[in-house]
Amino acid sequence: MIAELVIFIILGIVAVSSAFAVILSKNPVYAVLFLVINFFALAMLYLVLSAQFVAFIQILVYAGAIMVLFLFVVMLLNLTGAIESLQDKLPAQRWLAPALGMVLLVEIAVVFLSGFFAQVPEASELPEGFGTSAPVGMLLFSRYVLPFEVTSAVLLIAMVGSIVLAKRRP
Amino acid sequence: MPEIVIFLLIKLVMTIVIFALWMTMVPFMIWLERKVIADIQIRIGPNRVGPFGLLQPIADALKLIMKEDITPAKADKLIYPIAPALLMVPALLAIAVIPIGGMVTIGERSFTLQIMGEYRGPNGFFVPELDAGILLSLALSSLGVYGVVLAGWSSANKYSLLGGMRSSAQMLSYELPLGVALVGPLLLASSLRLNEVVNAQSNFGIWFIIPQFVGFIIFLMSGTAEVNRAPFDLPEAEQELIGGYHTEYSSFRFAMFFMAEYLNMVTISALAVTFFLGGYRLFTDIVWLQPIWFALKLMLFLYLFVWIRGTWPRVRYDQLMALGWKVSLPLALVNLAITAIVLAYVPKRAVLVLTITSIVLITIAYYGSSYNIRRSTDMTARSGYARRHLPESEETRI
Repeated sequence: MIAELVIFIILGIVAVSSAFAVILSKNPVYAVLFLVINFFALAMLYLVLSAQFVAFIQILVYAGAIMVLFLFVVMLLNLTGAIESLQDKLPAQRWLAPALGMVLLVEIAVVFLSGFFAQVPEASELPEGFGTSAPVGMLLFSRYVLPFEVTSAVLLIAMVGSIVLAKRRP
Repeated sequence: MPEIVIFLLIKLVMTIVIFALWMTMVPFMIWLERKVIADIQIRIGPNRVGPFGLLQPIADALKLIMKEDITPAKADKLIYPIAPALLMVPALLAIAVIPIGGMVTIGERSFTLQIMGEYRGPNGFFVPELDAGILLSLALSSLGVYGVVLAGWSSANKYSLLGGMRSSAQMLSYELPLGVALVGPLLLASSLRLNEVVNAQSNFGIWFIIPQFVGFIIFLMSGTAEVNRAPFDLPEAEQELIGGYHTEYSSFRFAMFFMAEYLNMVTISALAVTFFLGGYRLFTDIVWLQPIWFALKLMLFLYLFVWIRGTWPRVRYDQLMALGWKVSLPLALVNLAITAIVLAYVPKRAVLVLTITSIVLITIAYYGSSYNIRRSTDMTARSGYARRHLPESEETRI
């Protein structure tokens, strides 16, 4: 139990500090890389929670595929000089962003505090094979089949939309 | 000594041994590649250092390490040095899930020859095999792309950047057919554990290369593209890109790129052996022979990789993309659908039906794809593609 707690704390520190580094780093490529580190810390946290399938999918899909595309776009656009000009173009964001941020912060605080004061349920023994691919697949294709299919439809729409946009003649 | 300590010790020894074996594959592969390529090109190849030139890779490595390690003045000081390691570490980690031998029993303990494999100790001490082993190895192979992209970007060199860009597009495109091609064998084995896949092949009494021939071809093709080997080695095409993403690298960091490439090749071959050639099993179930069978099958694939490099010209970039998206992926998906339908409706005769369908499918795919690729690449040459996507040539500008 102690070992689990120590691992959790280390991973938590890595996750939070890398998340801060994402928004604080000036170089967009560094920001993307810190986000990758953040995703890794999250995947490790899933592993600590014995959800190995989700952990591997997290690395495979987010760290391995999506962030590579992010990196690709950031490098192609070469954003280093573009940040200052962007600030002048959207003056409303300067005021809107802190306000919305405060709303989010209050929301997070409410969730956290309610969690601190609520009754914590007793920890129960995990069922056999918890978090492995077979039970996750069973759940996805039985109880959650509708959300699963809706998600795939959403992805399909995004794909068709991007192809339509790319094919449009100027 | 508590059982967990013994467990960790056994795993540690196994890891060190397998790691050492894997690393020795690298100089051997370099020697094999140079010898076979030389043979194909009617040359002699290395024959001075050691018997048959066997010590040549060591001499090469020493030469590389002795060279000066140069960092370009405008290179990114943080990312440039670590990019080769980012490529090499995932390549090394991927060996953890590959079974190189079956169950070994020593006294009251038994374990598979697989780093993340099963372990049974006395008093019911039991550690199962890593559940989604194949997902881990695919995840790691998808991480290798960071090393290439970041090496290209951090060098502050346009050839390097172009090489990095090409490779990220290429590796992302071929990851998909690579993964989908493996789902067919996984369905037949009805498990994501690599050891189960090997056992399923001995239960069926047939290697999955026969009923999953389409999957095998796609896996081989995508695997070659994924590790940036010829004929898909566009990221480092010398004639166009000087050397691609590792143009600026020298000394040991350059050597690391090469080690990573060979390690990736060995890992892809090991996956191919496990999924399509029956893994470590052959004829008998004598345990100590199994790693040898595995090594022999591995050599077969490594030789195939070198053979392909020695005989095939490099494909063009649009051909590469057409092959990935218009041929490999649809074919892999059709193969997956057929496998699923056959397993659902005729599970008793699955192997026979799948063998017939895979022969039909590969025939259709061969004629269909050669037509499809020719048509699409002709179109890009003739149609407005060049006008819309490429910068104006000198003549049109004047």
